[in-house]
Amino acid sequence: MGPFISDTFQLLLRHIRTTLRIPIWILVTLVQPVIWLALYGQLFRRIVDLPGFQVASYIDFLTPGVVIMTAFFGSAWSGMGLLSDLNEGVMSRLLATPVSRGAIIAARVLHAALTVVVQSSLILALGFVLGASFANGLVGSLAVVLVAALLGSGFSAISNGLALLTRREETLISVVNFFGLPLTFLSSAFIASVLMPGWIRSVARFNPVNWAVEAAREAVLGSDWTMVLGRASLLALFAVVCGVFATRAFVAYQRSL
Amino acid sequence: MRASDAIVVEELTKRYRGGVQALSGVSFTVREGEIYGLLGPNGAGKSTTVRILTTLTRPDSGRAVVAGHDVLREPGQVRRKIGYVAQASGVDRWATGRENLLLQGHLERMPGRELRRRVDELLQQLGLEEAADRLVNTYSGGMRRRLDIAMGLVHRPAVLFLDEPTTGLDPESRALLWADLERLRAQGSVTILLTTHYLEEADRLCDRLAIIDHGRVIVEGTPAGLKAELQGDRVTLEIEGDASQAVRALDGLPGVLEAVSNGSEVVARVSEGATAIPLLVTAFERAGAAVSSVTLSRPSLDDVYLHYTGHRYRGEGEPEEASLAAGAARRS
Repeated sequence: MGPFISDTFQLLLRHIRTTLRIPIWILVTLVQPVIWLALYGQLFRRIVDLPGFQVASYIDFLTPGVVIMTAFFGSAWSGMGLLSDLNEGVMSRLLATPVSRGAIIAARVLHAALTVVVQSSLILALGFVLGASFANGLVGSLAVVLVAALLGSGFSAISNGLALLTRREETLISVVNFFGLPLTFLSSAFIASVLMPGWIRSVARFNPVNWAVEAAREAVLGSDWTMVLGRASLLALFAVVCGVFATRAFVAYQRSL
Repeated sequence: MRASDAIVVEELTKRYRGGVQALSGVSFTVREGEIYGLLGPNGAGKSTTVRILTTLTRPDSGRAVVAGHDVLREPGQVRRKIGYVAQASGVDRWATGRENLLLQGHLERMPGRELRRRVDELLQQLGLEEAADRLVNTYSGGMRRRLDIAMGLVHRPAVLFLDEPTTGLDPESRALLWADLERLRAQGSVTILLTTHYLEEADRLCDRLAIIDHGRVIVEGTPAGLKAELQGDRVTLEIEGDASQAVRALDGLPGVLEAVSNGSEVVARVSEGATAIPLLVTAFERAGAAVSSVTLSRPSLDDVYLHYTGHRYRGEGEPEEASLAAGAARRS
């Protein structure tokens, strides 16, 4: 366990360093949320007048949704970094050392989760600037960040696992594009679930993105903490399952060499 | 195996998914403290051998022991004792040279204080002090290669694997790197297995070497020993006209051991150069091929390669088919 923790820490430092050296990426990933919040939020401002929306302002409703959507997309690309390690020979160099194999995946997942924490905080702040008011204040916001980080951990593990299995950027890009929007729209990120068609509502019950959106929204606006905790537990379970998948993918990758 | 053997390789075979037979029974032994070369064209099986010895890939059959540990049964022990510098550099471009070395040392389980001292020492030894705190992205090819080697050495491994260490380097950087490796050998603390497709490099650096072709060791020995086995001299003749036709004129000529054409050149190994040259020139003239220049030299590894593989050595791509003539004892 000792080597696993210290290797994870060292590799995590490497990933953080890289991110800080190319800060443009943090900005790029924030462009989309700004557009969603500032433009989409304005454009659909009156949508809350529909019966079923139980909030007074759409930006209140939208902000947690955009936090989760950004966490989901951002971490789904996490495998790209691993692919570049594979292509540049970094992975081979690591594998010829005694480094804990699990640490290679764990560091990537933790890095994705950490990135999500920073992004989510910035988006919440942006929502606040744009007039969102969060009934549950700081505690609610912290819960949103935590939920987003759990979702991000799961999807970054899937992404890294896929990267190891396919070893092609093109494949990873098409998978993320293929599943990205459907998973977002099969959730209540943009619209109250009572207004969704029945079949979408049914599908959404099995969608981790929707679990996170519901938990995040309830955490900032609602009062049903049992529901938040339940969804968060589901997301934690999801992250663990994805982590197992990524580890298996890593073993398969090593076998295939 | 003897206690003084750093690497023992027995009958390794490996077929990749997709059907490429990379190794078909490679065996050799590397003694402690020597620089051992695997020489051969691309695709000969050199890198696959190294990847098996560094535990990165598994052989289909055969056995390999590195620094006293079996690569299949004790991969963890092997990894602690080896340094590996791959063809693809594998350094982190978005970190500085020093950061790369420190991370590598941490992962090699070096204690912090000793590691920092060792990193300073290596940066100085390899002339990277000035660049130590710059991003690797700004390094020249030669600097990056020296950093690669430092990465492989940081934890003072018992065995260092260098896969094509000078491929893609300009001549000046290559000479620098050779000097570094010669210094390492002089220190005598590390056994080095290097692969190369440069004959000159193998000749200059290696204590012993194996020529690998088509996944098999064709011959093994010291560079001098291999050359000495080839008695006689090497005569290179520039021909005006088709050398591949002209080379047939040497068929059965006394004193000619081996001859092969390459472009407009004919290279012949003869028992005694001084007496053979007039005979060769006359034979060509009789065949209607004018000789424009003649060079006499001692056999090189090039000739060793030709002798054992039956084709002339070409580092890049496939070795060209050679036409053998004049009593060439073709061995395979």
